[in-house]
Amino acid sequence: MNIVIYILLAFLVLCALSVSLTKDVLAAVLIQLGFSTVMAVIWLILESPDLAVTEAAVGAGITGVLFFSAFRRIGIIGPGRRNHEKKER
Amino acid sequence: MKRKKDNERLLRNVYTALSAAVCLGMIAVLLVTVSWLPPFGNGDNPAENEVYERYVESGTGEAGAVNTVADMILDYRAFDTLGESNVLFTAACIVMILLRADRDPKDGCLQIPELEAAAPEGKPDAVLRGAATVLVPLGMMLGVAMIMNGHLSAGGGFSGGAVIGAALILCAVAFGAGRPEKYLNMKNWSRMVWAALLVYTVLKAYSFYTGANGIESIIPLGTPGTILSGGLILPLNICVGVVVSCTVYGFYALFSKGGLQSGRQSSH
Repeated sequence: MNIVIYILLAFLVLCALSVSLTKDVLAAVLIQLGFSTVMAVIWLILESPDLAVTEAAVGAGITGVLFFSAFRRIGIIGPGRRNHEKKER
Repeated sequence: MKRKKDNERLLRNVYTALSAAVCLGMIAVLLVTVSWLPPFGNGDNPAENEVYERYVESGTGEAGAVNTVADMILDYRAFDTLGESNVLFTAACIVMILLRADRDPKDGCLQIPELEAAAPEGKPDAVLRGAATVLVPLGMMLGVAMIMNGHLSAGGGFSGGAVIGAALILCAVAFGAGRPEKYLNMKNWSRMVWAALLVYTVLKAYSFYTGANGIESIIPLGTPGTILSGGLILPLNICVGVVVSCTVYGFYALFSKGGLQSGRQSSH
């Protein structure tokens, strides 16, 4: 069990690093969702199912949807992406 | 001209170095703090005191719920949960003030922002619709079960409400926003959130009043383990669930199209 926890914790560190280093907003949100999913598994291993359920529902579910719709609204991702962003790439 | 460019590059390098230094310093401070924390699950930890013992040993007898976490957040610490619900409601109000789309004064329809008009949404594909057909009712039922069983097992108002909100969002994405907003329009949304917060406040005001004055509460605790037990925990869970699911869907509606449909508008 210890080895599993260490692998999961290493994954969390990896996720945190790659979120701050990635330049793509879409990829950053997806990595953050992966972080939350693994975090929920860790809560379950630490015997706190209430936290696990909340983390899975809020962290891995709602947050992503809200990020996507907010980014779409302000024109960072999606078909309405602003033109100057495209030029920069 | 060239000098200006050099200055810019220098500024950018200094900025990068400074941000890296701040980040590394923060990481070092946090790691040192973490190394001072007592080991996880140790019996001598400061958290293992009489408060913890009281909650674990007599939580089910005093508050009535088998789930000790529900005892804590909705009975011993219910005032905090009321504050959290109000924070969510306030956040939804602020987002509404900032992002709300204008309404046509004649029929109350939402006026679509320029961005949306410039990039019309594509048709939702068959995979999304098929998955949503299976997942939306399942998510709804799971959320309701989590709320109703919040005092018996893991779950509760907050997570159950979040699951219901996710199911509503999935329904709106796959079948169009008219489907959930046929019932969850602006009028019903504000009525439901308002009523849930009011019921929560009244119930908790009653239990605070009786508790502070030493009056015996008339609410029966019931047999621990049955669905109708735990005194006020079940109705409080339902209130929190209503507030959270409405807020989550409201956030989605505000972010994606600037608001919920008003009650007057006919559904399509």
